[in-house]
Amino acid sequence: MTTIRLPTAQPPGTALGAAPAVSENAGAYRATGGYADATGPEELLADLAASGLRGRGGAGFPAAVKLRSVRDRGGSPVVVANGEEGEPGSAKDRWLLRARPHLVLDGLARAAAVTGAVRGFVYLSDPAAGESIRRALAEQPPPLPVEVVEVDHTYVAGEETAVVRRIDGGPALPTAKPPRPFERGVGGAPTLVSNVETLARIALTAARPDLRHAIARHTLVTLSGGPATPVLTEVPYGIPLRTLAAQYGNADATGALMGGLFGGLVDARALDLPLEPGALTAARTALGCGAIHFLAPDSCPVTTAADAAAHLAAESARQCGVCVSGTAAVGRTLYGLAAGTAGPDTADNLHRWSQRLPGRGACGLLDAAAGIAGSLLRSFPELVRSHLAAPCPVCADAAPAAGRRRLTVAVPEVADAPRQARVPAPPPARSPSSSPSAFPSPTALPLPALKGTP
Amino acid sequence: MKLLLDSTRCQGYGLCQEPAPELVELDEWGYANVIAVVVPAGTEDAARACAESCPNSALRVEG
Repeated sequence: MTTIRLPTAQPPGTALGAAPAVSENAGAYRATGGYADATGPEELLADLAASGLRGRGGAGFPAAVKLRSVRDRGGSPVVVANGEEGEPGSAKDRWLLRARPHLVLDGLARAAAVTGAVRGFVYLSDPAAGESIRRALAEQPPPLPVEVVEVDHTYVAGEETAVVRRIDGGPALPTAKPPRPFERGVGGAPTLVSNVETLARIALTAARPDLRHAIARHTLVTLSGGPATPVLTEVPYGIPLRTLAAQYGNADATGALMGGLFGGLVDARALDLPLEPGALTAARTALGCGAIHFLAPDSCPVTTAADAAAHLAAESARQCGVCVSGTAAVGRTLYGLAAGTAGPDTADNLHRWSQRLPGRGACGLLDAAAGIAGSLLRSFPELVRSHLAAPCPVCADAAPAAGRRRLTVAVPEVADAPRQARVPAPPPARSPSSSPSAFPSPTALPLPALKGTP
Repeated sequence: MKLLLDSTRCQGYGLCQEPAPELVELDEWGYANVIAVVVPAGTEDAARACAESCPNSALRVEG
């Protein structure tokens, strides 16, 4: 079960919207200012450049730069809404497709207008999300042909070259780069592969350009770990991780697994860091897709590291020999550390792999495994030493077979929307007087929990 | 000139290292790792020989 928490009041410009537990129909979406013509493509691109909106798929690349690089290639570009979230600790993309399909499709159409794209795709694995998007496409036909492409849910299926390969009829597996999709993507055309939350924020910016900075500086996060029920919510950049942990219900967190599996492990001191892409990168971790797994006081970070490495080893696409061997080695070694069977060269091996494996595979999966190894050594050196000296009773109690379950978060349940009559669109808003302070403040405390089930 | 490796094609034959040990190393499992993606001046021939040595065409030079 995953609950959705609304940050206090729900002003315009939030991705969660006013009713996150109900699938939004076209009329309700239009009533929020969606699908309006007020902001043209050039104006929107300028707004996105000014706000500095970063992609929400994990890499955090500036959205305006990516849009421009596809547009500037010329030809007949393709745009793809990527809703295949492979990170086990993230639920926001599937929730967004289930609950706010029009927000995503509006963003896709606007990205197409900016780049000059003539075809669009929505790429996803979640059957409920697929149903929601198909219904939305029928209800409000987009200005360009949009096709839904479904794929099996795997860790690498959402990687941008895997997306292109699958849409072109191949397996959903990454390819070597270069070329990147913006250079040569679907059918050889310049292709924008954009995370669905990024597209949602593009559509929000088009509806409320006056709120562009706040829209760019808020983000969906999926919080999990410990005994508390996982939470999907929307928070401003800058909020301390510790505040998030407390709001989530794990005030005594001893650290976190950050960014899905890509940000690695951080210790309790790092919880003083602000949730801000730059600050987290400087601290050698990452916001990634906004999935944060807080470590509970009664858990052991070594268990979590072993769970994460085992997950990555199992999810290797098995295309790159170095990834098959490297993820298996990291996984086996961390399993040994947790099981109390680690050899004396364990720390040296983990250190070497953390240094030498990043960048070696066709995609980032091997980098994530290397990052888990390196961050465990860096953040919890004493624990590594104590595990080498004597078996850990906490790790012994945590069955390795349950590792995947410990890391996996369910998507909040979204009810079908009642069929509504169309609501007239509100007048276009571009008033300079509105300010980002309309958004909930970082200290705003929670928060009525909405009901949600897996 | 760049020496580019497609890791999905590398099968660990190890033949690439012989003509260009300064450009490619083999890791502990025998897979190729390009040390110098941007080929240093004077080693272009070695880079070409390195790319040609791979039975699975995992390496190529560009530029």
